[in-house]
Amino acid sequence: MSFEPTIVSFLCNWCSYTGADLAGTSRIKYASNVRIIRVMCSGRIEPTFVIKAFTEGADGVLICGCHPGDCHYHEGNYKCLRRYHLLQKYIQQLGIEKDRLRLEWISASEGKQFAELIDDMTETVRGLGPSKVKEVMTTYT
Amino acid sequence: MKRYTIDPITRLEGHGKIEIFCNDAGDVDNVYFQVPELRGFEKFCEGRPVEELSQIVTKICGVCPGCHHMASGKAADAVFGVEPPPTARKLRELFYMAHFIHSHIAHFYALAAPDFVVGPTADPAERNVLGVINKVGVEIGTEVLTQRRIAQEIQALLGGHQTHVVMNLPGGVRKGLSEADRKKIEEHAKGFVEFGKFSLKIFNDVVLQNKEYVDIIVNGPYSLKIHSMGLVDDNNKVNFYEGKVRVVDPEGKEHCKYSPNEYRDFVEERVEPWSYLKFPYLKKIGWKGFVEGKDSGVYHATPLSRLNAADGMATPLAQEEYEKMYETLGGKPVHATLAMHWARLVELLYSAERCLELATDPEITGTELRAKLDKTPKEGIGIVEAQRGTLTHHYWTDERGLVTKVNIIVGTTNNNAPICMSLKKAAQGLIKKGVTVDQGILNMVEMAFRAYDPCFSCATHSLPGQMPMIVNFRDLEGNITRTVRRDS
Amino acid sequence: MAKEEKPKIKLAVYWGAACGGCCVSVLDVHEKLFDVVAAADLVFWPIALDIKYKDVEAMPDGHIDVTLFNGAVRNSENEHLAKLLRQKTKVLVAYGSCAHMGGIPGLANFTTKDELFKRIYDETESTVNPDKIRPQPEHEVPEGKLKLPEFYNDVRTLDQVVDVDYYLPGCPPQTERLVEVFMAIVSGAELPPKGSVVGALDKAQCDECKRKKSDNKLIKKFYRPWEIQDDGETCFLEQGVICMGPATRGGCGVRCIEGNAPCRGCYGPPPDVPDPGAKMMSAIATMIDADDEEEIAKIVAQIDDPAGTFYRFSLPGSMLRRKLT
Ligand code: SF4
Ligand code: SF4
Ligand code: SF4
Ligand code: FES
Repeated sequence: MSFEPTIVSFLCNWCSYTGADLAGTSRIKYASNVRIIRVMCSGRIEPTFVIKAFTEGADGVLICGCHPGDCHYHEGNYKCLRRYHLLQKYIQQLGIEKDRLRLEWISASEGKQFAELIDDMTETVRGLGPSKVKEVMTTYT
Repeated sequence: MKRYTIDPITRLEGHGKIEIFCNDAGDVDNVYFQVPELRGFEKFCEGRPVEELSQIVTKICGVCPGCHHMASGKAADAVFGVEPPPTARKLRELFYMAHFIHSHIAHFYALAAPDFVVGPTADPAERNVLGVINKVGVEIGTEVLTQRRIAQEIQALLGGHQTHVVMNLPGGVRKGLSEADRKKIEEHAKGFVEFGKFSLKIFNDVVLQNKEYVDIIVNGPYSLKIHSMGLVDDNNKVNFYEGKVRVVDPEGKEHCKYSPNEYRDFVEERVEPWSYLKFPYLKKIGWKGFVEGKDSGVYHATPLSRLNAADGMATPLAQEEYEKMYETLGGKPVHATLAMHWARLVELLYSAERCLELATDPEITGTELRAKLDKTPKEGIGIVEAQRGTLTHHYWTDERGLVTKVNIIVGTTNNNAPICMSLKKAAQGLIKKGVTVDQGILNMVEMAFRAYDPCFSCATHSLPGQMPMIVNFRDLEGNITRTVRRDS
Repeated sequence: MAKEEKPKIKLAVYWGAACGGCCVSVLDVHEKLFDVVAAADLVFWPIALDIKYKDVEAMPDGHIDVTLFNGAVRNSENEHLAKLLRQKTKVLVAYGSCAHMGGIPGLANFTTKDELFKRIYDETESTVNPDKIRPQPEHEVPEGKLKLPEFYNDVRTLDQVVDVDYYLPGCPPQTERLVEVFMAIVSGAELPPKGSVVGALDKAQCDECKRKKSDNKLIKKFYRPWEIQDDGETCFLEQGVICMGPATRGGCGVRCIEGNAPCRGCYGPPPDVPDPGAKMMSAIATMIDADDEEEIAKIVAQIDDPAGTFYRFSLPGSMLRRKLT
């Protein structure tokens, strides 16, 4: 049986969530591996959210926000972008592959792009195999 | 076969365990000194920025963090290929003298003195620093605590953090010294010189005036004829902060003298399956086992070995005491393990005198604190003399100054083999057929290692209950400024 | 009015994987040592007292009132002693960064036991070990069997091994803080709820710090401490030097900053911050003065070793407590 990754996705309410919703209402097919968490703005996504997703067993974490310039709260997605770059450096030092964490901009009209993104990330993470984070963090050796 | 286990060994910094094996007749067959711990700084410093190491490696030892800080700071200078400006160099050494003073006081009075002031076979519940204070009285006890506090405060003043100092940056120091603070340190340094003399006077009154003690030092089961290592300056005088490493053989002849960069040509380490701590030895001779003598690569790096390896002390009062010590003990080199304690007090006085010299040096309040770093970082070695022995730090970095490899030979590690051997000798001398092995005897075995980890331990006899404890503090002109006496 | 003799409390101080600095910080009560011994009997303290493990084993359960346990749990001996002292102690205090969060020895969680042994016992440039000898938990010598504690792959915090009553942070804790907590305990004052951090402030380090800070911190470039001439006055972060102040609990007396060195976080995160590094990443993200992705990436690339800096003292106690291997 092939490995089915779990991907936790944080979507900002105003663009990305609406985009994901559009994918749904337009009945675009995409991988069922994603667990969506809606937040008001990508700027609301604390590094702890991402880390927690991994420690709870996510094989990949996807963050989506409005395109640059389009954030409902003006600056939120820039803040998110800066955190993302720091997080990337950090998780790689801890041995987590960089492709397990991804940040993409999805607008309210980009239902199709969202679906493709999910498929693409699912494949990538499937290729990486299951994340060991949860097991390693809960077993002392 | 009977076996005695001492676990943990006490009154030292760190963990250790002693296993004594006796044959059926009741004599000691063998003794193992095991170090049951490892933290692995050499590995986990990899990847860290090299300037952070001077703060990370202080956590190798909280009793001598300043030594690791200095060795690391010097290694980082070398990584960048720079020398700190004179003011920075002197500030570092000034800090270092305060560090030696605090540490030597702590070791002499808190770790070592219980054995000879309270007594080696006294009730273990009494045989500690509080027992010492009970015996010598609160006034002297307070004086000791005060001097140590002042040394700690000077470290905090110069080094930021009073335990885990943050003074060094590659090429210099982070903070200068104001004239007002310099004055304060000068005053304190005068006090240290007095206190150094005071400590030697206690030693004289309590130990040297007692023939039995001198006999034990010279003829007791605590002696080891091995090589001696220590850092010396251009005149072959003892130096803690910089110089060359000199090693003399058990007869006192120079075995080698090397610059920090050459350490790998002279020292090697071996691994034993029964201890986490490695065993260094002299490379030119090689490892010949736990044996004494000129043909064995075993050496020690202690206050005594430093004095053995040097031609004298660089300050006048310490030099006098140096001469007196060798005269009393029958010339150089001395192999009596317990004389380490005396040597430590000579060093305490040297540190105090040097502290005063530096505190009155016109350059000490200079404002040029850091050299410019314009070379690509690469590789560097730093050596200082730690309280417990020659300390070597060796770093390699990438071009950003991120550490790729680390090698460290810690002061105490130098003495791993000698400690094993001293313990065996002491045990063989003390545990015999017909001897009841009680905690007192076992403590006297422990005294053999405590000497390495600053401790004076005076073999089989407890001190008399009353001591001639009246000490006069004098100012530089010789006038009595204060008298401290034992309150009974 | 006759003063009533208070019964003395029984105090123990023990080290796991530690440097001894925590024990020295206890010694650093200096002249107050007399007050301490007037109020407490020290019943176990290897750095200063000749009390052995067997003596502790012989104590009845709950015999010790307060144990200050410093050091992380790195091997089976540390673990055994942690459990033994838990059993013998009424109030167990995780004393210092190592016991609290793993501390500096916890940086070993960036590597593994095998890697660490390989470097130390085989590869270090002064070591000669052609037979690849390793320290063994059990080893036969002609005279009998010698035992060493088992070295673990993971460094653990004290509370990952036993139940802990209080945390007294710092590397080492500021001695004045210890004295305050100690005096509160002996005076019989009501103790804070179990699990509390004691001997530290509820505010972040920056609240205590006297360096000048503006409201509008924006950073275009990060510097390593040796890359700039610190002016001795301006907030390190504003100068572009990473300082853990925003993600660190106050209480140390801003010791490092007084020495012109940025904070490295030994007091652990402020209240309600579960993960110091995550907090630091948030704080820094707010300050980076760029919106363009490439520029952001370039600025972030200047931060060397973020994991080893943001988790300098806290890796084993953090959400991602070790490197995956
Ligand atoms: S917390 Fe710091 S001072 Fe205490 S044992 Fe750990 S490294 Fe040493
Ligand atoms: S970031 Fe550091 S220097 Fe700046 S205010 Fe906070 S503690 Fe002080
Ligand atoms: S300034 Fe930071 S690192 Fe330094 S002692 Fe205080 S809390 Fe610890
Ligand atoms: S609202 Fe979409 S990123 Fe801020």
